[in-house]
Amino acid sequence: MKRLVGASIPLMAAFVAFLFGAIMLLAIGANPWEGLQALVSGAFGSGDRIAATAIKATPLILVGAGITIAFRASVVNIGGEGQIIAGALASTAVGLSFDTLPALLFVPLLLLSGVIGGAIVGAIPGALKAYASVNEILSTIMLNIVMVQLMNYLLRGPLIDPLEVEAGTRIPQTERLPDAAALPVIIPGTRMHLGFPIAVLAAIGAYYLLWRTPLGFRLRAVGHSPNAARAAGIDVKRNITYALGISGSLGGLAGAILVYGSEGQRMVTDGSAAGFTGSAGFNGIVAALFGGLHPLWTIPSSFLFGGLLTGATNMQRALQVPAPIAVAINGIVVVFVVSSGKVRTRLDRFMDARSELNES
Amino acid sequence: MRDFFTLSVIVATVASGIRLATPYLLAGLGETVGQKSGVLNLGVDGVMQLSAFFAYWTMLERGSLILATLVGIGVGLVMGAIYAFVTVVLQAQQGISGIGIFLFGLGFSDLMFRRQVGSPRPVPQLPEYGIPFLADIPNVGDALFQHNLLTYFAFAAVPVLALMLRSTTFGMNVRAVGENPQAADSLGVSVGWTRAFAILIGNTFAGLAGAALVLELGIFQPNLTAGLGFIAVALVYFGAWRPVGIMSGALLYGLVAASVLQMKALQIIPRSASDIAAMAPAILTILALIVLAGRVSAPAALTRPFSR
Repeated sequence: MKRLVGASIPLMAAFVAFLFGAIMLLAIGANPWEGLQALVSGAFGSGDRIAATAIKATPLILVGAGITIAFRASVVNIGGEGQIIAGALASTAVGLSFDTLPALLFVPLLLLSGVIGGAIVGAIPGALKAYASVNEILSTIMLNIVMVQLMNYLLRGPLIDPLEVEAGTRIPQTERLPDAAALPVIIPGTRMHLGFPIAVLAAIGAYYLLWRTPLGFRLRAVGHSPNAARAAGIDVKRNITYALGISGSLGGLAGAILVYGSEGQRMVTDGSAAGFTGSAGFNGIVAALFGGLHPLWTIPSSFLFGGLLTGATNMQRALQVPAPIAVAINGIVVVFVVSSGKVRTRLDRFMDARSELNES
Repeated sequence: MRDFFTLSVIVATVASGIRLATPYLLAGLGETVGQKSGVLNLGVDGVMQLSAFFAYWTMLERGSLILATLVGIGVGLVMGAIYAFVTVVLQAQQGISGIGIFLFGLGFSDLMFRRQVGSPRPVPQLPEYGIPFLADIPNVGDALFQHNLLTYFAFAAVPVLALMLRSTTFGMNVRAVGENPQAADSLGVSVGWTRAFAILIGNTFAGLAGAALVLELGIFQPNLTAGLGFIAVALVYFGAWRPVGIMSGALLYGLVAASVLQMKALQIIPRSASDIAAMAPAILTILALIVLAGRVSAPAALTRPFSR
């Protein structure tokens, strides 16, 4: 029974969030029932749309699984946006430096460079937290701002498509990346590419890492009680750095997938982080919380939120309701999920460990 | 570079630095009051975006700066009431629920802007008033005493809040529930109500900060704040939870931003460097956090929900 109540909390939160969504629709003069229909059919109405939903879910799964790993070690990673951008920039830079390579070699190389880019940007706040007691919530948010501006600088300057300079249009985007680097489409006739199964595998890998490996055991031990972990001979500082580094590496992988799974096959900026990431760094937090901070539950949860994003796009087409309504609904989901008892208890436990860490 | 160090340019830079510091200062001061009571509000940026939009929309529809400012304050109050309910009554984890508030503010202001306004149209900016006599001092007057009312308000609030926190009963209660809520509770101080009021004050300032930002610019666009609210939260650490410290930090950020804008206008630094320069506040913040870590201490009960 207790289990049942626990599982129903996210559903209640979702219900309340949709209620608020309906109120928002009414407030701007749209019909909530038509809105819901457009949302659901836009998200899951056809094979094509399910594929689009899966593609939107891909970065959420990765960021969400990463956030779960960080949380289990009692560190908070709000730097998803910056880590996605880091991975995208790293993989773009590598992709631009080869004219062509066999796809079998090229694609893994690019994904790996994304992983490394994200890991570095994740490990910096981790190390700052571990060795200089810098609050990681603040430092990850600050690194988001730094990475956006780095992206803007690189795409407007050093990495800009020479054709854009020639034509004088100067759209801040890189040149088209080699075709051999594109993530192969796995269901012909849709946009569904290799990124989605990679993300699912990564989430399963995160589960395996946390509960089936010595490293995962150490991370969770640090998350339960840093003092006890230290007494048991675990290097707490190093594991804090690992936790945020691994968390960031998954964001970086999401960034590489965003670039090489994109239709334009290039990186482009509109000046904001969300313009490139689609706010996946924040939406991934929503998906992870909704999935109860368990890497495997992050998969279906991300699929739902991916559906919310594609559904909102459809709602914009059908009812002229701007798509950012999805972001607003996500915010409400977060507030409700963290207000609900079970998740709260679990978060409190991590937070206790976190303040133990701060004090020691 | 020589062009930059002329009197008129320096005066203009200091004046615009003070103006740019205003939203940081207002938001940072509000966050200080909340954090002093033990409540972290990471939603400041979202509240600012909401109040900025609604203040802007009011300007477009009604053309009244006073009404627009009041609407900004109203948005802050409403969001404060919600956040107080979530953190005090429901005892939600503060860091994450603040991110929820941020996402809601980001999405809802964007939604309303696209639906109700569409493309950005300029509105009249806040007028500047000279302080009698002081504004007539050559150069100094133009730099320091020729500003809009919200800027004056923000700087006037520094000593007022410092005094309130130090010497009034409410201020002492705020500090008590932020340091040791159990002890405060046993002495008959209502931890919940004190925190709720502190949150309301904090969010009202955030609402005012959003209004100041948009009314100084005279234009709105989605994600107007671009992380300003988050930097304001970091400013509180930077300023070691003291209003005067917050003011120094806000002025530093404002002056750095103003110098960059000025050098760009004078073509001392290339256009492309402005993206790099835009990293400055965030990098400054990280460096400040490194230097200050361990030297300043946060309110002991910060982020800890209270229950008997």
